[in-house]
Amino acid sequence: MEKVKCECGHVNPYGTYLCESCGKPLIEEDDSLVNMRYEGVARRSQTYKKTIVDKIWNFFSSVKVGIWIIVILLLASALGTIFPQEMYIPPGENPTIFYEQEYGTLGKLYYQLGFHNLYSSWWYMLLIAALGVSLVICSLDRVVPLHRALKTQRVTRHTKFLEKQRFFATSEEAIENAEEVMQKAEKALREKKYKIYNENGNLLAEKGRFSRWGPYVNHIGIIIFLIGAMLRFFPEMYIDEYIWVRDGQETVIKGTDGEYFLRNDQFIIELYDEEDERFREALERTGSPVVQTYQTSATLLRRVDNGAVGLGTELEEVKQHDIRVNDPLTFDGFSLYQVDYKLNELSEFTFTLEAVQDEVEEDLSEIEFTVNLYEPEMVYEFDNGFRIEIMQYFPNYRMNDGVPETINRIPDNPRIIFEVFTPEMDPETDTGEISLIGVQVNEPLNEQINGENQYRIRMIGVDMNNVTALTVRRDRTLPILAVGGAIFMIGLIQGSYWYHRRLWIQNRNGVLWVAGHANKNWHGLEKDFDYVASKSQIPVPVDQLDKDMSDETESRND
Amino acid sequence: MVQLSSNFLLVSFFMFLAATIFFTVSITGKKFENRQGQLKNKAGLLGYISSVVAVVAAITYFILRWIAAGHAPVSNMFEYTTFLGIAMALAFVIIYPIYKNNYIGLITMPIVMLIIVYASMFPTEVQPLIPALQSIWLEIHVITVALGQGILAIGFVGGLLYLLRVIDFKKVTKKVIGVEFILFTIFCVVGYILFSISFGAMNYEATFDYINERGNEANMVYNKPPLVGPNEGVLTSDTGFNPLVSTPAIIVSNDLNTVIWSILGGLLLYGLLLLLFRKPIGGAIQPLLKNVNPRSVDELSYRAIAIGFPVFTLGGLIFAMIWAQIAWTRFWGWDPKEVWALITFLFYAAYLHLRLSKGWHGERSAWLCVIGFALIMFNLIFVNLVIAGLHSYAL
Repeated sequence: MEKVKCECGHVNPYGTYLCESCGKPLIEEDDSLVNMRYEGVARRSQTYKKTIVDKIWNFFSSVKVGIWIIVILLLASALGTIFPQEMYIPPGENPTIFYEQEYGTLGKLYYQLGFHNLYSSWWYMLLIAALGVSLVICSLDRVVPLHRALKTQRVTRHTKFLEKQRFFATSEEAIENAEEVMQKAEKALREKKYKIYNENGNLLAEKGRFSRWGPYVNHIGIIIFLIGAMLRFFPEMYIDEYIWVRDGQETVIKGTDGEYFLRNDQFIIELYDEEDERFREALERTGSPVVQTYQTSATLLRRVDNGAVGLGTELEEVKQHDIRVNDPLTFDGFSLYQVDYKLNELSEFTFTLEAVQDEVEEDLSEIEFTVNLYEPEMVYEFDNGFRIEIMQYFPNYRMNDGVPETINRIPDNPRIIFEVFTPEMDPETDTGEISLIGVQVNEPLNEQINGENQYRIRMIGVDMNNVTALTVRRDRTLPILAVGGAIFMIGLIQGSYWYHRRLWIQNRNGVLWVAGHANKNWHGLEKDFDYVASKSQIPVPVDQLDKDMSDETESRND
Repeated sequence: MVQLSSNFLLVSFFMFLAATIFFTVSITGKKFENRQGQLKNKAGLLGYISSVVAVVAAITYFILRWIAAGHAPVSNMFEYTTFLGIAMALAFVIIYPIYKNNYIGLITMPIVMLIIVYASMFPTEVQPLIPALQSIWLEIHVITVALGQGILAIGFVGGLLYLLRVIDFKKVTKKVIGVEFILFTIFCVVGYILFSISFGAMNYEATFDYINERGNEANMVYNKPPLVGPNEGVLTSDTGFNPLVSTPAIIVSNDLNTVIWSILGGLLLYGLLLLLFRKPIGGAIQPLLKNVNPRSVDELSYRAIAIGFPVFTLGGLIFAMIWAQIAWTRFWGWDPKEVWALITFLFYAAYLHLRLSKGWHGERSAWLCVIGFALIMFNLIFVNLVIAGLHSYAL
């Protein structure tokens, strides 16, 4: 690769369009305006085309490729919203049937193509990865030479450079007070907060150069954000658990290795007052009550390490908080969110024993007992010698192929098998009367053995409890995402709300040459020129694109 | 207080109307010589003053309603759409002094009016906030998004103006059809509003018993005469008639019926204007725009997007993520509304790259501005009303 030496003496890297120092076009083109993008610098992607690394680099360094990645990502994302993603179909629905049943053949196809989990599919991930690579390479390919070019730019520019700027004018012939005009122009430009560089009586006024770095800063932000998002696939970084806590009960907070516990002091739901003047009309129209608050009054507890292993856990209160939607309980990097609830879960049954026929002589009036449905006691003994045992307990009963079983430990459909021993019986050897009891269920089970039951356990009371569901979340990637997001926003604002403007005013033997360039907001540059001209009689540059307003010149220039 | 705030909105609406008229006069009206002998037309200035007064009245509506309801009026379709219109007008009021372009006012003001009237077709009473919305982030997130979209909408106005100015309407080309389609879409919105207001004034209601998508019997109310009926629908009210066709159960037929009425309205308006002008509507408008400098409009529209894009990104992605983390336990969940905000972001990002690196100026840039606005509207209307998601409480 040969370096290119400009007539001004500056040695430019191979592939340079405009001399980094004086701006003379090194590659002669037609008489259109110079292409000022990236200051006409040589970019790696345009100069090295040999090895496989070069080829990959060149591919991803193309903004065109970057735009295609953005467009494909955009279309793919839209595709995923045609039908709901799997996580948003109604709970309990089987996706294999749901999509076809709900959306017909298209739905089936959608499912078969895997679009029900589109955003976590390998190819969507690959697209995002490609976007990341494109961002890095595009940025590096441009920012390094651009930085060098802006640093080495000279005040005195080649005439060819000046006359091929979009804003350009000369005074045509030498004017007498050229130096005075230059001084006035300089003063006016200083008022406009331009940085002034002088060289041999020529002038470069520049402002807002830092906005040129905006795109690169925001790309760095996106990269940091994407890295943060990727880190969540490492187990330590991200915890997502779910706990149910009953009113008045304590439970260990999953994901904290048994260190933290939560007590649900009370869960409540509040509805909007239908009499509230503000909302009466709306509430009347919808006709159904609207929830105002879901709230769990919770106490956070922490295990105290007293050195004695296995001696039970001692808990100390850490803090109390009313957890609501939009107001999680936060501690030690964890957050507990109000996400669900269950009202009126069965918690206790109270029973008595009574005789089926009246001729039993024992006094049964004392017999009354309560079974806790979460952790029932298995044996109940009474003063008059009766003894009732729980043989089996199914908190959430169902028959599975003729065998009774429980689905889980939640007492949604509790069934208890009781065995009743009269004072005469020996619980070790005798078999008592056995019955299966649940809500609206009371079946003697050993009729075949003993004939008809003499005693009957009757349910006289039911106690219920509210249960709250909380999501336990710890996301250690959040600080990284926040940093990435902040850098991105700063870069975006830096590049969008400031503009890089340069004005060249040169005194060539009394002939004034004026040219200007803005990376955007030419309107603002024009106003600045007008201001300077009003103060100093410099020739007012014309927009050379306005000479020919057709679209062809526009696209040629760009 | 709510009534008072509504009155301010009404005042604002009429001021937007006044601004429209003034901007029209500023373009079509004669210029008068002032004392210095310069040709001047004051109508543009009056138009701008009217639009400023309108925005002030609209902001008064916003503040009063906020005080009355206890939360910012951005919590349902009426409130959000109204605020989007206000944001667009606000963006115009800020950008106008830079470019002093009366043509932008001429197009922006009617669109703002249309958006505000469209908003009022939704239920307008103050609604209580569900727990998920009770957060200061409702105000921060939604207001920022609306401001961003309002500024981006000015980019659309610039793009539309550019297209109306430069496209050759003498031959029917794809471009002409494209511009006519944009105008037709606007006419459809007008049609929707006109039919909704007229049938609403008549208290029109036709009810049907029908079989819904789950195979159950249900009933459905039509607020416009039923051109298409529900699945196996039986008319149960005195008003109405038996529809020409029935839709399959999966389609919400009264919504489809409304869409058909809107399209009919659009066709009617478009047809009438076509008869009147005997050329494409864009072609009829074009002579009015002969003094528009395409390059200046092009730059204005790009500028609006360069200003609006960071605001939209901040509100629609960054603030959205912060709130989602607080309210929904995760900052991102691929909810349709989130995805469409991302799509809007990606679209404008592509626009900026195409413009800056690939030199898509002028006409191509203008088409992109139009598509971008279509995406914003799609996200507002279609995603909210048709693709149900976590955001769909917003009706």
